[in-house]
Amino acid sequence: MLVESLAVLVLAGFVGFTVISKVPNTLHTPLMSGTNAIHGIVLLGGLIVLGLGADGVLNKILLVIAIAFGTINVVGGFLVTDRMLAMFKEKPKEKAAKEADK
Amino acid sequence: MTTFIAVLYIIAFSLFIYGLMGLTGPRTAVRGNWIAAVGMAIAVIATLLLPGMGNWWLIALGLVIGTVVGVPAARRVKMTAMPQMVALFNGVGGGAVALIAWVEFRTTDGYAHEPLYVAIASLFAAIVGSVSFWGSNVAFGKLQELLPGKPITLGKAQQPLNILLVLAAVVLAVVIAAGGSSDWLIIGLLIAAALVGVMVVLPIGGADMPVVISLLNAFTGLSAAAMGLALDNTALIVAGMIVGASGSILTNLMAKAMNRSIPAIVAGGFGGGGASGGGG
Repeated sequence: MLVESLAVLVLAGFVGFTVISKVPNTLHTPLMSGTNAIHGIVLLGGLIVLGLGADGVLNKILLVIAIAFGTINVVGGFLVTDRMLAMFKEKPKEKAAKEADK
Repeated sequence: MTTFIAVLYIIAFSLFIYGLMGLTGPRTAVRGNWIAAVGMAIAVIATLLLPGMGNWWLIALGLVIGTVVGVPAARRVKMTAMPQMVALFNGVGGGAVALIAWVEFRTTDGYAHEPLYVAIASLFAAIVGSVSFWGSNVAFGKLQELLPGKPITLGKAQQPLNILLVLAAVVLAVVIAAGGSSDWLIIGLLIAAALVGVMVVLPIGGADMPVVISLLNAFTGLSAAAMGLALDNTALIVAGMIVGASGSILTNLMAKAMNRSIPAIVAGGFGGGGASGGGG
């Protein structure tokens, strides 16, 4: 089980390295924000530990907080990335509008 | 059923990777972001389909709180305040990892009946998650101007103190892995890691903050991957590691674009050196 997991880990690492090779400077922040949303996957960890049975009040409270944190990470992350990218999309339009004014 | 879940996970990874590829190009970026989001939704649904899931009300409570807090925060934030918002979202991700590791510790009597690798992976996740949570919060505080943007250092005491804190966290982790099961051990470990996060980010100037946030982002990814090893969950391993790897590359690219090196940024405040960047 461990060996399989480690194999997956190493391969995923190489995928991560390869995906990000050439990125224009303007896309650095949105890309960071996008990957930030993806590590909100930790939400699944909270779901598994709580869903498959955690006893005790403190454990349950900690896990509900963990799930809430994970959800904020996912939902907020993707929405903020979208807003950042929308900002980039408007730029060419503005330029076009200015040029049209001239 | 478990095969079906595994298939859904594989679809989710494919969408993450495809989405990330989209995010690296200006024309495909918006679509890429939403493709990754769909992948995330599939991964969450697949996990909820696991046989034996329970505690539905508490799960719903966590999901609702997260949505109610996360959506308005992302919608209302000013464009100029985006970087600190990313720092905050990154921080809560790290915090989630640290909390899950803590509960893992509590529910397994300090990993008493778990293989050693589970203890190691979970403790690694706890340390890195806690560093990321507190480091990101300091980054948020600095960018939001709740904390002074200029470097705050302890002078010559800084570096030995940081090393001491890292050692303290590692020693506590070794004690736990060797069989220690007191709750105070893991609380001490989380606090030591928290102090590392605070102490390392405080001396860094505001101008270098985006690179630091990107670095902490990669850290959170790695801690999620470690948590995946501990929980034997492929989705966490794959998504966490992709973020860990791509985040490291991205951090390097961002530092290069600013003509800075990562060691210079992280070490910049050490020893009160004037080299630490920008001063917010």
